Amino acid sequence: MKLELSRVVQGGYRLGVLREIGRASTSSLEVPGCLLYTRCGTVPHLTQDTLHTLSPLPSVTQLTLSTVAEHQEVLEEYKDGFKKFAGLHDTVLYCSLHDPLTPRPAGHVTNKTVSVWGSGGRIELTVGRFMALQKALRPDLYQSMADGETWQGDATSRKRLRKSVDRTLAHLDECLLIHQQTAELQGVEVLGVVEGGDSLEERLRSARETAKRPVGGFCLDGFQTGSMDGPLRTQLISAVAGELPEDKPRLLQGVGRPDEVVACVEAGVDLFESFFPFQVTERGCALTFDLDLSLDPERAGITPSTPVLELELGEELDETWQPERGRDAELEDGAETMTPFEMDLKDTKYRGDFRPLVEGCGCYCCTNHQRAYLHHLLVTNELLAGVLLMLHNTAQYTAFFRALRAALANDQLELFKTRVLRIKRVV
Amino acid sequence: MAAPIDSASDVVASKTSMPSLKSLSAVSPLTLRIIAECPVTKARACDLKLPHSLVNTPVFMPVGTQGTLKGITSDQLEDLGCKICLGNTYHLGMRPGPALIEKANGLHGFMNWKRNLLTDSGGFQMVSLVELSEVTEEGVKFKSPYDGNEILLTPEKSIEIQNSLGSDIMMQLDDVVSSTVTGPRVEEAMHRSIRWLDRCIGANQNPEKQNLFAIIQGGLSADLRKTCLDEMTQRDVPGFAIGGLSGGEEKDDFWRMVTLSTEHLPRHKPRYLMGVGYAVDLVVCVALGCDMFDCVFPTRTARFGSALVPWGSLQVKQKQYAKDFQPIDPDCKCPTCKRHSRAYLHALFKNDTAAMHHITIHNISYQLTLMLSARQSIIDGRFPDFVKNFMRKMFPSSDQYPSWAVDALASVNITLDQH
Repeated sequence: MKLELSRVVQGGYRLGVLREIGRASTSSLEVPGCLLYTRCGTVPHLTQDTLHTLSPLPSVTQLTLSTVAEHQEVLEEYKDGFKKFAGLHDTVLYCSLHDPLTPRPAGHVTNKTVSVWGSGGRIELTVGRFMALQKALRPDLYQSMADGETWQGDATSRKRLRKSVDRTLAHLDECLLIHQQTAELQGVEVLGVVEGGDSLEERLRSARETAKRPVGGFCLDGFQTGSMDGPLRTQLISAVAGELPEDKPRLLQGVGRPDEVVACVEAGVDLFESFFPFQVTERGCALTFDLDLSLDPERAGITPSTPVLELELGEELDETWQPERGRDAELEDGAETMTPFEMDLKDTKYRGDFRPLVEGCGCYCCTNHQRAYLHHLLVTNELLAGVLLMLHNTAQYTAFFRALRAALANDQLELFKTRVLRIKRVV
Repeated sequence: MAAPIDSASDVVASKTSMPSLKSLSAVSPLTLRIIAECPVTKARACDLKLPHSLVNTPVFMPVGTQGTLKGITSDQLEDLGCKICLGNTYHLGMRPGPALIEKANGLHGFMNWKRNLLTDSGGFQMVSLVELSEVTEEGVKFKSPYDGNEILLTPEKSIEIQNSLGSDIMMQLDDVVSSTVTGPRVEEAMHRSIRWLDRCIGANQNPEKQNLFAIIQGGLSADLRKTCLDEMTQRDVPGFAIGGLSGGEEKDDFWRMVTLSTEHLPRHKPRYLMGVGYAVDLVVCVALGCDMFDCVFPTRTARFGSALVPWGSLQVKQKQYAKDFQPIDPDCKCPTCKRHSRAYLHALFKNDTAAMHHITIHNISYQLTLMLSARQSIIDGRFPDFVKNFMRKMFPSSDQYPSWAVDALASVNITLDQH
């Protein structure tokens, strides 16, 4: 696996391509970029047929032990690895420990074990069991076992943070030892995990020590959305990045919001998980990015071909489909709050809106369906809503990364931030 | 061998003049061509030409109640070879309502389905939502479960909504009683259905684009059914449905009413048996002369992890499949079976809704393929063998054959083998 960087800003972002990923060594992934989030090998709501209406897809599929650990016996009997088991063709498989959206109750980590939560409850993993799983799964790359229980912020003591770093290093060393002795894992890359919570000292120590090991790249853990505020996160990531070799990729776990993504890219992160489109889908919303930087901002969002329709009840059509500003109100079931990059399709204003979700999006949903239909599906609780929204949101998210890379290549990052993230420049 | 029957002399569903009909255009929105008839049974293979595409019969029509087929995209449905599916007038009439759908270019435009649609009238909800409904000569009064409002669904209103939906086949509003009800209510409902049929015919604003089917009622009484058949077949509608069955009645009564109905329905018009979808029922009723079927069962049972197979069904969520690495049916060519194993689907059911979609696709494929195979065997002149093979695969030993099926098939000259 080789990271070819076309641009590096010291203490800042990187732009390039991760090449020769996977056992077949033919796949590549542009950075900054995202993985393809799955649960047990399936992108939520999507069969392979519907998934492949999207093109291009991220070339690396993410699998988590949260969704497969309970199937260890099955996989060991299957003997042919997870990709074949799940019917995944033509993809690189990356295995991480935790599903970013599955709750992780605290208090279950020990010196020798970590736990994941599957459909049947908690599963305790020693390094031995962790590696047995990797052997049965046969991913192309995986993160080593790690103690990342450091998100309680101030509540996590310095002693606890030190322990998380120590344990994670110990687990890494043990993983690497077993890895080298396992035939099924030859040619597979291991990512070392950087821990340390919110302590600068522990973060630097973790980064330096992990960098000494023969790993293919680095996972930055304990920075999940909600674990610490944005500025502290980017500050710590920058510091960590300073200790890591330039030519190995950095994957950040648990961060998916577009604005947070860009901030972390600027701090030196290369790869992100793509669970965010799924979160948006589950709250019945659609991502709406305005990604064409060449458009005159006065006309952004308005297309001449938009038909004007009279809605029932004398409602006026809102021609500028600016999504609602992020609402502060909590949504049901503890779903994360809506971001400014989304439209809430349950809103009655979409009832008679026959435009596609996003003009020019090109995804299956926007090519075939209209806002009014999506609204109807959501109101009637139909399963197809999830399918169509997942397709659209995934397409939007990957397009977001594509546009971000283009902006970095063309020196348009500030313009990108103003236009896409609607961040006002402080002069 | 059954020779294919030439269409020239036969089967255009012509419209003779009837006092209650509106003026007609020259081109009929429905044409039935009988391709082959089984010389042993009453089975037929037909080509049914409808406004949006040709439909080969016998045909199973999946049900997409609210303008969607439960997690399956229009493309996926099309790729499975489906040429006609159902939408429901009652549900869509409530949400999102006919005015909106009309603005969206009808139900076809709203759900983006390019092939045929059949809409039920809302009549069945009278039975299924009986707590919420009250029937008078005027129509059915429903109390909306969504906002408590009362709506009156008259024959005229039902047709008005279906005209807005723009379905290729519309069903009359019938007075439906549960098949387990006995007594004078059954007769009342039968006669009222005839009167409502005439009101529906009169209310149809789109006879040149939308086909209105009559629905034969009469419960489990041969006399009442016969009366209904005699009356309704005098109306010049493009097709007939057999209604009021498939609701929990004894199978022995069920098949007798089906075969009585096909006996007295015109040969050159399609026969639609409503609410029938279990594989054995389908095969037997094809033998009894039915062309079209619909049922929520295959798609509903899929969401519970039940996959339909030639030997019955397979409950994918059961532990025994956790390590079963074959596909659901090794002989099935559907996208699910081509790519996934029982073991994977078993695992996926613990994680994601997509597991349901995989089984839904398989079950629709199973139903459509079953009808396709039946059709081909009729064309090839070997339908009785098809039936015998089907039954042998479904029931490992002949003393498991349901007796009603044995009787029904015997009535059309098929004797099932002992094994």
